[in-house]
Amino acid sequence: MIRPRVIPCLLLKNGGLVKTVKFKDPKYLGDPINIVRIFNDKEVDELVFLDITATIEGRRPNFDLLGKITSECFMPLGYGGGIREVDDVKKLLAMGIEKIVLNTSAVESPSLIRAAADYAGSQAVVVSIDVKKSLLGKYEVYTRSGKKATGHDPVSFAVEMEKQGAGELLLNSVDRDGTMQGYDLELVRRVADSVQVPVVASGGAGNVQHLAEAIRAGASAAAAGSMFVFQGPLRGVLISYPAQEELRRAIP
Amino acid sequence: MIIIVDYGVGNLGSIKNMFKKVGVKAESSSDPAILRDAEKLILPGVGAFDAGMSKLKERGLVGILNELVLEKKVPVLGHCLGMQLMTRRSEEGREAGLGWIDADTVRFKFETDQAHLKIPHMGWNVLDIRRPHPLVSGLGTEARFYFVHSYHIVCADEVDVVAYTDYGYNFASVVQKGNIVGAQFHPEKSHKFGMQLLRNFAELVS
Repeated sequence: MIRPRVIPCLLLKNGGLVKTVKFKDPKYLGDPINIVRIFNDKEVDELVFLDITATIEGRRPNFDLLGKITSECFMPLGYGGGIREVDDVKKLLAMGIEKIVLNTSAVESPSLIRAAADYAGSQAVVVSIDVKKSLLGKYEVYTRSGKKATGHDPVSFAVEMEKQGAGELLLNSVDRDGTMQGYDLELVRRVADSVQVPVVASGGAGNVQHLAEAIRAGASAAAAGSMFVFQGPLRGVLISYPAQEELRRAIP
Repeated sequence: MIIIVDYGVGNLGSIKNMFKKVGVKAESSSDPAILRDAEKLILPGVGAFDAGMSKLKERGLVGILNELVLEKKVPVLGHCLGMQLMTRRSEEGREAGLGWIDADTVRFKFETDQAHLKIPHMGWNVLDIRRPHPLVSGLGTEARFYFVHSYHIVCADEVDVVAYTDYGYNFASVVQKGNIVGAQFHPEKSHKFGMQLLRNFAELVS
């Protein structure tokens, strides 16, 4: 492999793109199609879209919008949000999405993981694990856009998800989301050490060095939101992505 | 016109769009009459080997594809699972493959000191071109391609291999024999590099 993947993770809400801080205060960034075109031009490794209100609004994926997005994308795509049945999975794959991302469903109906993996292969099934750290330093898995505590420990949960058929884990630190202060490296290390499938670190990246730290901690890929959509201390919206050369230097 | 064989697996939308971007007419179809008129064929695919073969059979496509590819020598590009289906068999399944290329599909197998290598091989990787071929011309030194696969093909005759890719060891990532070409990666997900490969395929003179 030439180098680990660096993945902009984009949040959909009401058909627009937003960025949150600690899973709260979504700030509107713009129209997803325009932003996808920019990421296309920048030749990003991969894009992940998460519809952060689909599940809590009891909705299914916005297939119309996703169809428009995928037809613009010449890079691999992941999508999560409101996926509840194998039929949803089939529809998403048919429209050109490589990876379906399960979060709430992975906890509430884990048989969907196996069903999706049997249909499309494990590599197409990503379980997204949202983790909060308590004041006492205990990690816990959350679902429903970070609103519902599950009582699961992220390490045992990750192992279980791998057993169920997940081909990749998207590991989000809720506490670091949007802070740009760096990943929760201890969390990354613990989970990456306990599973065979690739772990994508997410939550907290603010610069290329942070991405490199996640990889050194055992992540196979690094995802980020703020760092690719904001510019400067006032967080002005500006889409960016490091040059290949810079990524190669930082993350060999 | 290039016809993308629609047998119910994979992402035909993005590959159609990529052809459109390079100015090549391409449509997807599973209609034998339309397949018969194709100048060239694309055999796409994601997912499991047996599921892919079963779907080709369910749609009654095996016979017509054999006729077009083996007898009429219509150029065909299989990619990812589509490439693996062109082999004789796969360790992933029980169904026989199409057997168009003298090759088998096997699972990645690593030495014990390669435990850090994850399966599937998922991500961007490069080609080590061993045999010049118009299909891989003009890619430039920066070319990278997107791979997602747990199985790869092993050609009985190395002469059929155009390019290898290194993941733990070298596996055949681009193959060609006569009118049949295969690529293990996803051109439609590989930015301008995949675009160049599809353009090359469209321009191949049979």
